[in-house]
Amino acid sequence: MIVVESPGLQTTVQDLGRPGHAEFGIAAAGAADPVALRCGNLLLGNAANAAALEMTLAGGRFRFQQAASAALTGSAHGKLNGAAVEAWTAFDIPAGALFEAGVDQSGARAYLCLAGGIDVPSFLGSASTHLLTGLGGYAGRALRKGDVLRVGLPDSQEHHTIRREILTRLAPRKTLRLTYAPQTHWFSDEQRAALVTHSYRVTPHADRMGLRLEGCATPCANSAHMITEGVSTGALQIPPGGQPIILFVDQQTTGGYPKIANVIAADLASVGQLRPGDEIRFEWVSFATALALAREQESLLSPAELFAS
Amino acid sequence: MKTRIEPASDRSLLVTFSRQISIATHRKVAALTRSLARDTPANVTNVHPAYCTVLIEFDPIATDHATVQACLETRIARTSDSDSFDAALIEIPVHYGGEFGPDLEQLAHQRGLTPQQVVELHSAAEYTVYFVGFVPGFAYLGGLPPELESPRLPAPRPKVPPGSVGIAGAQTGVYPFATPGGWRLIGRTPLELFQPDRDPMSLVAIGDRVRFVVLEKPVR
Repeated sequence: MIVVESPGLQTTVQDLGRPGHAEFGIAAAGAADPVALRCGNLLLGNAANAAALEMTLAGGRFRFQQAASAALTGSAHGKLNGAAVEAWTAFDIPAGALFEAGVDQSGARAYLCLAGGIDVPSFLGSASTHLLTGLGGYAGRALRKGDVLRVGLPDSQEHHTIRREILTRLAPRKTLRLTYAPQTHWFSDEQRAALVTHSYRVTPHADRMGLRLEGCATPCANSAHMITEGVSTGALQIPPGGQPIILFVDQQTTGGYPKIANVIAADLASVGQLRPGDEIRFEWVSFATALALAREQESLLSPAELFAS
Repeated sequence: MKTRIEPASDRSLLVTFSRQISIATHRKVAALTRSLARDTPANVTNVHPAYCTVLIEFDPIATDHATVQACLETRIARTSDSDSFDAALIEIPVHYGGEFGPDLEQLAHQRGLTPQQVVELHSAAEYTVYFVGFVPGFAYLGGLPPELESPRLPAPRPKVPPGSVGIAGAQTGVYPFATPGGWRLIGRTPLELFQPDRDPMSLVAIGDRVRFVVLEKPVR
């Protein structure tokens, strides 16, 4: 068992989410940075979608009443009984130890993965927390002081370390690549160009549902004709004011704003590491390039690529 | 118009049946949604029905737009929108007005009706669940009497109490969760629109019919 001594700003249980229920309005949820979560799980020999703790902007403090193997990934640093431990490598936590996790300024989220995963009841096949509706995860909410977490039975005793060069290739980006979305042609050539020539700032209104940006406004002249339709994670919605919103993992399943673009699958993990105040840029790519980038990223997320032999 | 299939992202396709909200379009949306739920094509990960469209998400590692599009074209050609299905009739009790329907009086006034007339019109109509979206169990209902059509609030409420029954444009619906919302609230139901430990979790599904029944005693 693990006792939460300090939960940090917003710490939730997340795995790779529960896609497949949008028909009932249910968001997939899941880790905001699935690359970091998958790496953490692979470091321990867990299934890639084992549930872990996702910490946001500030880390938490956890008392381990049992020994466990752990890995810290994402924008993370940690201390075990006061001594620094390295991120992106598996390590052992003895029974009775205090583990403190921190989130680096370089990103927004850190993951604490444990061999065997965090054990919470599964909802529609996933342990992920959806905060708005209070579904899934630990009682459907962010962790609080005094919460007690259970750890699953480990499948393996593996302990790995991620190769530095792979980490560089998987590093979160501040330039997000975009493809066209269903309403891209509702915007003028100038507006589509403006999106990639100007930089945008992430506002404080940035959470797991969506990130409001501030920069060159691109209002849609056609907004009134928009009929609510399904939306993909990473959709760049343009509300009447013209400032974009990136729809994110806890998203609504349908939306009524026109979408000028969609962040590519390979860059969604990077969105999960954006902090309020970050300056970001966009770049248009073709669908073929986007698919090639998704497959390249996937090919790196295997034990053979990640770990030094 | 001819059914259109186009990429909506690097991992989704949007099927558009029409640019007009209508029962005929809804039947096509519902038929494709049910067909995909019954027999989900390989590598399709999620299906988002709406008024005139169905968004189909797929795994971009395992497949691509052209493969999924070919599969959808076959499926649409094979699917008949007159396919029979069990459209349930769901009755939703509503306590109208007062603190549970804070916008009832103003909506009535703006439409030149009495609050009682709004309640009578709203509870006399039979609605169709065009789709469930936004949040779990939120049904977009078609069939609002035109006399009741009203614009959204100028500024959305940061938190709408769960069970609130609202009107926005030609739509009416019930908020299952405490979410932000800009619909005009005319009443509240004690029913749980979505319950994770119930089967089915969502009280309503695409294609169902809904009636609102006046509940005299206040809820909660």
